[in-house]
Amino acid sequence: SRINSDGKPAKFQPPPKPVIIDKQKQREERRFLSPEFIPPRGRTDPLKFYIERKDMIQRRKVFNIPEFYVGHVLAVTTADPYANEKSNRFVGICIQRGGKGLGATFVLRNVIEEQGVEIYYELYNPRIQAIEVLKLEKRLDDNLMYLRDALPEYSTFDMNMKPVSRLDSEEIPVNKLQVRMKPKPWSKRWERPKYNIKGIKFELPEKKMKEAQKWSQPWLEFDMLREYDTSKIEEKIWKEVSEALQK
Amino acid sequence: QGLLRRSVSHSFLSFASITGACRAIQKLTRVRVVDNSTLGNTPYHRPPKCIHVYNKTGVGKVGDTILLAIKGEKKKALIVGHKMPGPTMTPRFDSNNVVLIEDNGNPTGTRIKTPIPYILRRREGEFSKVLAIARNFV
Repeated sequence: SRINSDGKPAKFQPPPKPVIIDKQKQREERRFLSPEFIPPRGRTDPLKFYIERKDMIQRRKVFNIPEFYVGHVLAVTTADPYANEKSNRFVGICIQRGGKGLGATFVLRNVIEEQGVEIYYELYNPRIQAIEVLKLEKRLDDNLMYLRDALPEYSTFDMNMKPVSRLDSEEIPVNKLQVRMKPKPWSKRWERPKYNIKGIKFELPEKKMKEAQKWSQPWLEFDMLREYDTSKIEEKIWKEVSEALQK
Repeated sequence: QGLLRRSVSHSFLSFASITGACRAIQKLTRVRVVDNSTLGNTPYHRPPKCIHVYNKTGVGKVGDTILLAIKGEKKKALIVGHKMPGPTMTPRFDSNNVVLIEDNGNPTGTRIKTPIPYILRRREGEFSKVLAIARNFV
């Protein structure tokens, strides 16, 4: 109704502007640089890393390497001359990402028929035909090697698992799962502060936990010679890589 | 008490690793028999151990034949997986797996449930019968 309670005609209010959520901008805001692009600290000529990055970008243009962290469940198909149909599909949880440059590797673990299997893949190996991310979730630690000493149910994943659908939203969920371990002895003493593991439910007595703290080195975090600030290097490399990939 | 703790029971359910180091198979390594033969699956108070590796070096990798001592008898066996990391893109198993074999290369059991690496297919001529009874490949 255009007439107020006073009797005067109401001023024309234009309808509110529609809010356009530009998804491309949102995606650009979340920057992910694969850790193998960041050069290690040292006195090598940056030219070497530049040439390596060019090769890595070349490979990425041909073959899509998705963004993934430790704790994701991946399915990798490799070309194998000895497999039937010449290709071999393996599903597993990524427990470790290592190496820099073209030698970047990741380890996938799965338990098949009560037998734990780990395969050490190279990201830039031309034998890899496809990498699919089946389940996206980060864990509390960077290194899930303790899954070898955990109960096998935490490492079992179905080979024919369907990819979990996920919106292109910004956050990758962090799974705060506390894993239960097999009885000791373990392959490494995971309760020691050197490994700094937060994802295990330690059912050890208090005495053992206190004894493990004897090996803590609290001065390490204040050691200035160990500092390696990668923020500026990351910015430069991110710009370079994203420009090259968009061409 | 330390000695008691170090003994590994030959039960197919629990395989606690006593030694932290993961090496390939050599003399005196305890192995796990993976096929369904009676000799491999009947319990015995001592685990099956390797006593000889048919190799120039005494270290056995996937695809090598070894001599096992099971239940007081000597038996040849084929290594199908070990704890030591091998070449990249090959699987690394959480236990040292072995398949019992006769002198002419025929496997003793009739089925292998645990996964076998595809690399064994390279020597299809020698291991054709073992590969035929294998169910899963990795």
